[in-house]
Amino acid sequence: MNLAITALLGLPLVGGLILALAGARPVAADINIVLSLFTFLAAIAASVDVLANGNRTMLSEQFFLDSFNVFLVALTAFVGLTTAIYSRTYMRIEVQRGKLTEARLRLYHSMYQLFMFTMLLALTTNNMGLLWVAMEAATLTTVLLVSLYRTPASVEAAWKYFILCGVGIAQALFGTILLYFAAEKILGAEGAGLLWTHLDVVKAGLEPTVLSLAFVFLLLGYGTKVGLVPLHNWLPDAHAEGPTPVSAVLSGLLLNVALYAVVRTKVLVDGALGAGFAGTLMRGFGLLSVVVAALFLSRQKDVKRLFAYSSIEHMGLVTFAFGMGGPVATFAGLLHMTVHSLTKSAIFFAVGHAAQKAGSQVIDNIRGLIKTSPPVGWGLMLGGLAILGMPPFGVFASEFLILTTAIARHPWTTPFLVAGLGIAFAAIFQRLQSMVFGETTVQALPYRPAIIPVFVHLGFVLILGLYLPPFLADWYRQAARLIG
Amino acid sequence: MNIPISAQLVNLFAALLLLIAFAMLSQRRIVSLIHLYAAQGFVLAVSTLIVAHSTSQVHLVYSALLTLALKVVALPWLLHRLIERLNVRWDVETLINIPTTMIVGIGLVIFAFNLALPISQLSGTIIRSTLGIALASVLLSFLMMLTRAKAVPQVIGFLAMENGLLFAATSATYGMPMVVELGIALDVLIGAVILGIFFFQIRETFDSLDLHHMERLRDEKAAIEDSPR
Repeated sequence: MNLAITALLGLPLVGGLILALAGARPVAADINIVLSLFTFLAAIAASVDVLANGNRTMLSEQFFLDSFNVFLVALTAFVGLTTAIYSRTYMRIEVQRGKLTEARLRLYHSMYQLFMFTMLLALTTNNMGLLWVAMEAATLTTVLLVSLYRTPASVEAAWKYFILCGVGIAQALFGTILLYFAAEKILGAEGAGLLWTHLDVVKAGLEPTVLSLAFVFLLLGYGTKVGLVPLHNWLPDAHAEGPTPVSAVLSGLLLNVALYAVVRTKVLVDGALGAGFAGTLMRGFGLLSVVVAALFLSRQKDVKRLFAYSSIEHMGLVTFAFGMGGPVATFAGLLHMTVHSLTKSAIFFAVGHAAQKAGSQVIDNIRGLIKTSPPVGWGLMLGGLAILGMPPFGVFASEFLILTTAIARHPWTTPFLVAGLGIAFAAIFQRLQSMVFGETTVQALPYRPAIIPVFVHLGFVLILGLYLPPFLADWYRQAARLIG
Repeated sequence: MNIPISAQLVNLFAALLLLIAFAMLSQRRIVSLIHLYAAQGFVLAVSTLIVAHSTSQVHLVYSALLTLALKVVALPWLLHRLIERLNVRWDVETLINIPTTMIVGIGLVIFAFNLALPISQLSGTIIRSTLGIALASVLLSFLMMLTRAKAVPQVIGFLAMENGLLFAATSATYGMPMVVELGIALDVLIGAVILGIFFFQIRETFDSLDLHHMERLRDEKAAIEDSPR
């Protein structure tokens, strides 16, 4: 087990360094895929072990896997792998069109692996302080990727991303300090004071005043990275201006992991304060995000911004679900995290190729995808339908569960949620139609588009909508019990 | 009331820290800002050393040495080199309304003290009264970032904010566990290096480090001015 976790974290870390040295060669993209593949295998090995032996802590308790983070580890490694496969083709086209130089690719590949490292570190670490360090490092590794094209807009987006997330994450550090302050009284100085498994045991005895303040800071801090309204300003810009594989991992992985950090702290705060305080705050932020993002959605002209706002909406929905708490809502939240991550990255894959074909990210310039390239067109259409919550895709199941729980427990929120989802549906569906069908203006690509990852992702989302594997349902249920 | 001499010293340094935070808020010269930042790091390191001495917490000594190496030597050196290469050493920023900013700053200090009061009462450390000052300097750095329009001062504000957080950690809990402090220091260092690279990118694309040039990314505008991708 120690081996699996070492491989899981060591591969991307060492890989990042190797690619920094060798990244300019054409073979770098393949190395990137192979590294991601082995990372994924390590994640599978770790998951199988947890499946067989249950939760465990490793390497003098600094790392741990339980039912809550194990599926996120597998998901992260999986999306990391498919994005690496996708980016091989995508980046070749970008280089061929003169958008990027080989030297920039070196930066890209190296930072990609280091980003995967920070994500996996944030998920597996048992230390709330290291979690913070990993989240900050995630910003640092992606900021130069957002400005990879060096256009004025991309540099501005990266600057905004850096400063806003930097300030946000500083709040989270203050929250972590307060958490440690409360924990130190019970667990003693040094060592165990920030270990989540220890905190979980003594959470009922943590000082409530301090914890409530700590949670506010942690929610604001990590919430900035989740993209919760009104802290979301960096998100559409960073998604729209960076290369598409980066948008896919930002939306599919970073937002999830940041929300994971929030939920971990919520468990502790609920233990100290009783349910209510943390939940109310999360419901508030979640609901606001759903509504505001939906309103912004209908004004978007850039296809990547459109789906960036959709990510804000969905993260808001998940935050709302965790805020409601209880077995069903939390289960739905976990499922929604999984399916949103898969669907949204699939959409970005398709959108990336669509934008390359049209030579523009403006929605009005993308027309009739289905005529020149049926796979890209169908991928975008099906992905769009999936994210809009059409049955039988998995997003439908999770949204259905969240909505029915909301109707039962917080009826007054239902109209807002339904309106948000409805507006989003209208806005996205209308734009999808115009992009996918109609007369074509788009051109062929110099390489065959990497469309397999799109359909693999959508296939999983479809399967999750029809049939939830018992082991996954089990993890969700256990995690839901843990989160409460 | 009998306060031990070490606690009085730390209180003194905490007051200095607050003073420096205010000085940063009103300082227009970039090079002086860097001096202030180095001084802030020094004050932080010395006060950590005093706490380490009076409570015989060995790891705080390491923490103080780390602060000294990183924030008094490495980062100011890096920043000096940067402004040299970017040719902004003698840049003077026009700050509008320094008095208003100061008054807002005083308001923030009062707010911070009130916010920190319940926590410092719970704290068992000898320098708990400084928690309010730590929080105040975090907020003042935040205010500084808001009022600045140039990239380098904004970043100094960002780094100063981290100083305030570190001071908060020392005054509330005698510092975080060592592994976390190392991680934070590493993040700050990498962050500063990346920002350094970034300054050049900004200047290359905008011909200036003035962030007012960055007003492009608005939702509607973005689509109109879309650069073909």
